[in-house]
Parts: sequence; C-alpha cells; structure tokens
Amino acid sequence: MLRPYVPLLVLLALSVVNAIFMVVLSTVLSPGGATKVKSAPYESGMTPLGNPRERFSVKFYVVAILFIVFDVETIFLLPWAVSARRLGWAGFAAAGIFIFILTVGLIYEWKKGALEWD
Amino acid sequence: MSFFAALGRPEVLDLARQTHYFWALLPEIVLTLGAMLVLIVDVIHKGDRSEPSRGSIPVLTLAVLAATALANTALFGLRDVSANGMVAVDGFRTFTNFVYLVAAALCIAISMGYLERRGIMKGEFHALVLFATLGMMLMGGSRDLIMTFIGLEVMSVPIYVLVGFDRMDPRSSEASLKYFLLGAFSSGFFLYGIALVFGAVGSTNLTYIAETLGTGTDHGHERLLMAGMALTLVGLGFKVAAIPFHMWTPDAYDGAPTPVTALMSTGVKAAAFAAFVRIFAVAFADAGAQWVPVVWWLAAVTMVGANLVALTQGSVKRMLAYSSIAHAGYLLVALLSGGDTGKAAFLFYILAYTVMTAGAFGIVIANSRDGEERVTLEDYAGLGLEKPWLGAAFSIFLLSLAGFPLTAGFLGKLYILRAAVEGGQAQLAVILVLASLVSYFYYLRVIVVMYMRPARSEGWHAGAGLPLAARTAVLAACVVVVAMFFAGAVPMRWAEQSALSLWRQPAPVAASPAPASLFR
Repeated sequence: MLRPYVPLLVLLALSVVNAIFMVVLSTVLSPGGATKVKSAPYESGMTPLGNPRERFSVKFYVVAILFIVFDVETIFLLPWAVSARRLGWAGFAAAGIFIFILTVGLIYEWKKGALEWD
Repeated sequence: MSFFAALGRPEVLDLARQTHYFWALLPEIVLTLGAMLVLIVDVIHKGDRSEPSRGSIPVLTLAVLAATALANTALFGLRDVSANGMVAVDGFRTFTNFVYLVAAALCIAISMGYLERRGIMKGEFHALVLFATLGMMLMGGSRDLIMTFIGLEVMSVPIYVLVGFDRMDPRSSEASLKYFLLGAFSSGFFLYGIALVFGAVGSTNLTYIAETLGTGTDHGHERLLMAGMALTLVGLGFKVAAIPFHMWTPDAYDGAPTPVTALMSTGVKAAAFAAFVRIFAVAFADAGAQWVPVVWWLAAVTMVGANLVALTQGSVKRMLAYSSIAHAGYLLVALLSGGDTGKAAFLFYILAYTVMTAGAFGIVIANSRDGEERVTLEDYAGLGLEKPWLGAAFSIFLLSLAGFPLTAGFLGKLYILRAAVEGGQAQLAVILVLASLVSYFYYLRVIVVMYMRPARSEGWHAGAGLPLAARTAVLAACVVVVAMFFAGAVPMRWAEQSALSLWRQPAPVAASPAPASLFR
C-alpha cells in the first residue's frame, strides 16, 4: 500500500544528502578567514549609510495590505471572467457578493486615510 | 415559524441547489451585513468625536446581534436532504448559534464604559467582535472539515487582534503575540490533520466520513486516519484549552482586555467544542476505539490539573482563566458520555457556563478603575459589604461555577454526571466530582475575602460599578443562572431535541463525489 511513496522517500533522502553535501563542501573548499572588511554589509560598493535596523513607517504596511487585497481580487476575478458565460447568473451573483465585500473594505480603508500618504 | 415560511422559506432544504444556501445561512448573512455596517458607520463617524455618535456603535452592535438571533429562529424546523452540504442544518447548530450570540452580546454589554476607561473605545472593537462571532457560527455549524477550518480562522484572526487591542499595554501585546503564534501553530496541526483524514477516508464531508466509518468496511488506511485524528485533536484541544494544550490560556486571558477574555472563554470555547462534537463524537464515532481513551485522559488531566493550579492563583482574573480550563475538562466528559444524553448535557452546560462566566468577568470589569485592573484577591476584600449588589452577583456566579445547588452550574454538572454514569464513564464521573470539590476552595475563597476581610483602605471600593446597560446585562445573567436551576427542564428539553438532530442522517450518501480510495 505504501509502495507509491517510495520515490518520495528517495527524493527526501536525496535532498537531505544533497544539503549536507553542499554545506560540508563549502566549508572544506572555502578559503576561510572572515576579515572585518569581508563581514561588513555590502551596499553596492558604497560605504553603508545609516542604521540597518531603521524603523520605517507603518504606512508601507497598509499600502502593502491594500495591494494584496486587490491582487487577490484579480486572481479571483480573472478565472471568473474567462468562464463567466458558463457560470451564468449564479456565478455573476457570487462575483458580485465578492466585489461588494471588497468594496466595503475599500471604503473602510479610504475613510481610515490609508490612501493618503501624509 | 410561519413568519419565515410566509417569506418563502422552503420546509426541506436541498443544499445541492445554491439558492437554498440563502436560507441555510440566513443568520450568518445577516451577521456579515451587520458587521460590515458597524465597520462603515464607525469609520464615517470618525470625523466628529462627539460622545453620542460614539455611544451609538455599541447599541448598533447589539441590534445586529438581535437581528441575527431573529434570523437564527428561521432555522427552527428546517431539514435538509442534501448529501454534501457545507453547513449543517440541525437543531444543534441553532442551539449553539444562540450560545455564541449570547456570549457576544454579554461581551459587548460589559465592555460599555470599560473601553472608554482604558482608552480603547474604537469601532473596530465592535466590528471585530461581530466578525469573530461569525467565525464561531461557521465553525460550530459546519458539516465539512474545510468549512470548519475557515470558520476557525475567521473566528481566530479577529480574536488575535482583540487580545492585543490595548496596544499601549505591553501585557496585552504580549498576550496577543503569544496567542497568535501558538494559535497559528495549532491551526497548522488542524489543517494537516484534515489533509490526512481526507487521505484516509476520501472526503472532508463529515456526514460522508461518518457513513464510511459506520459501514465498518476496511478502508485500508487505519494508520493514516489515526494520525489525522491525532492532529485534529491537537488543533481542537488547543482551541478549547485542554491540558496539555493550555499553556497559552492563562497569559492570553490575563493580558487581554477583560471583555475579550469573557468572549474567549465563552464563545470561542463553545465554537471549538461544537466543532469537537461534530468531528469526534459524530463523524469519528465509529473509530471511537482509537480516540476515546486519548480524550478520556485529556478530560481527566484537564479537570485535575486545572483545579489544582487554580488553587495557587492570587489574581482573580487568572483564577477564572484556570477555572475555564477546568470547565473544558467537564465539557470533555459530556462529549465522551454516550449519545444524545451526553450531548444534551453538553448543550445545557455550555449555555449555563457561557452565562455565568461572562457574568463573572462583568464583575471583574466592575471592580477595575481607570488604568488599573484591580484583580488581586486583596482588591476584592470588603467588596461584598461596601457594594452589596456586586458582591451578591459575584457570589452567585462563583457558586454557579463551583456547581453549588440552586444555580445553573449545579444542574449542568448533575446532567453531565448522569450522562457519564449512564454512558459507562463512571470513573470520569468520580474524577469530576473530586475535581469540583477541589474547585470549591478557590471559588469560595473569593467570597470569603469579599465578605469577611476589611477593604484595603477607606473608600477603596468607591468607584466600583458598571454603567446602566452593563449592569442590566449582569443582572440578567444572574437571573438566568438562578432560573436555569428552577426551570432547568425547559432548556434541557430544548437541548435534548437539539442533540437528537445531530444523528439524524440527512439522506443516503450513496452518490458521493470523492472516491473512497485515492491512493490505492
């Protein structure tokens, strides 16, 4: 009963062996010796500016969420649009409900001021 | 319910027809629209921060909950004949829906005044409570494991936010992060369990799973099913906060704003338990040999462990958190015991438990002040003498939680014990009695401190109290707790009818969509 899973097991074993092999090989072959220059952060060859752990505005996060919402909308609506005729009015109603809920979210974000940068 | 019939509600639903989902999901639809309305109304009122417009949000929220309860009555007497519906149309769902709505309404009512004092009076609070309630209804009323999972997430995500709602308070944020991390982890367990169960049985539909296991045919995936059940059990055990999956509970309950704690320990727990009953006691009923011993130990360890740890708690809020873990143990006994008597006892107890726990947290709120929680035992000293009404109400809730006669908690425990003895779980019944005896100590200690020790200082309890609406809610909870003892037969008869509907087979599930053996 478990026979079909044998290739999966082989793949698992191979990936583990491969991972170990690569780590060991890079340790053995690498010239080693981390100098101060080597462990400095690389910023296109320039001297790093500012603190790498700088805090940035939460607005980026809100915009990112907004982007994802509409991204997901596109992902849902494109397949629906392709097969809209076959799905008929039931599909239209379902898509309408989906867009309605999304619109409520958009109104909320808009009123909340997520679309204004300042 | 001729009212809904006049509106065109069919008597018998066939969920293969999509339009019939409108009637099957009427309460959920009303609640969704209401929650979106609350969200929009709040954000539109954002401009003027005058008190009246703010005060209308909780009232609107309660109105939405009332409308949902009305829509829920449309489910009375409905039957469905479909083989593969996503939602259950039965009395069990109607009953538990009312429980979630009561929990949410009490949460909103006792939050009045408290949110302003803590400076977290924002409309999102109310919208999130409504969305969480929607998730509870979907989770507890689903007839498909995928739907259960979606309900679980719709319920959990707003709760994660609500726990951390006071974001200026580091304890609230800590509780939220802890609950979120562990909750996401347990969701993963649950989902993986669903995948394995699907692999073993060939469907995620609970009715189909019950039928497949019930026929007793060897499906050849015994171990896969066992692993799936184990992982599902872990996920559900986390949500109902059974030992050993309870580690998040005291911190999350303690750090969360108190109305949220009330909702978590009542509505969230009830929804998780409803799903637990549907998945284990009904769908996996015929695989009982594998999971019953495990849940037996969960129940025993939960009852004993939680009550022992509760003894050492100096904070009343934390003590109530452990008390809620202990009650998960009692409810697990009801889940294990027999067929419909056990489930009827379960329904009765979850209703009683919801009312008394929410009421007790209401008193905890009444005792809090601006920016001060006042939850230690010493803070309650003298409360019973200086504020006789608060003291009396708290005493009633605590006695009911302990299971003292003349309260709903006593009758609920009695029903559970009866079901356990009749269902052949006499050992669990003995453990339940002994564990409750231990619990008497820490419940009664609060009452003793309230009445027999002087207050910390003169006028210590001067500001204790609740606004009118919250006071009414707590008083109503008090009345219900006592009334459920004297008129316990009425809710019990309703619970028995609701529990019976769990096993009613909707239709022969001959034409199933998924092949029974996917991997052979």
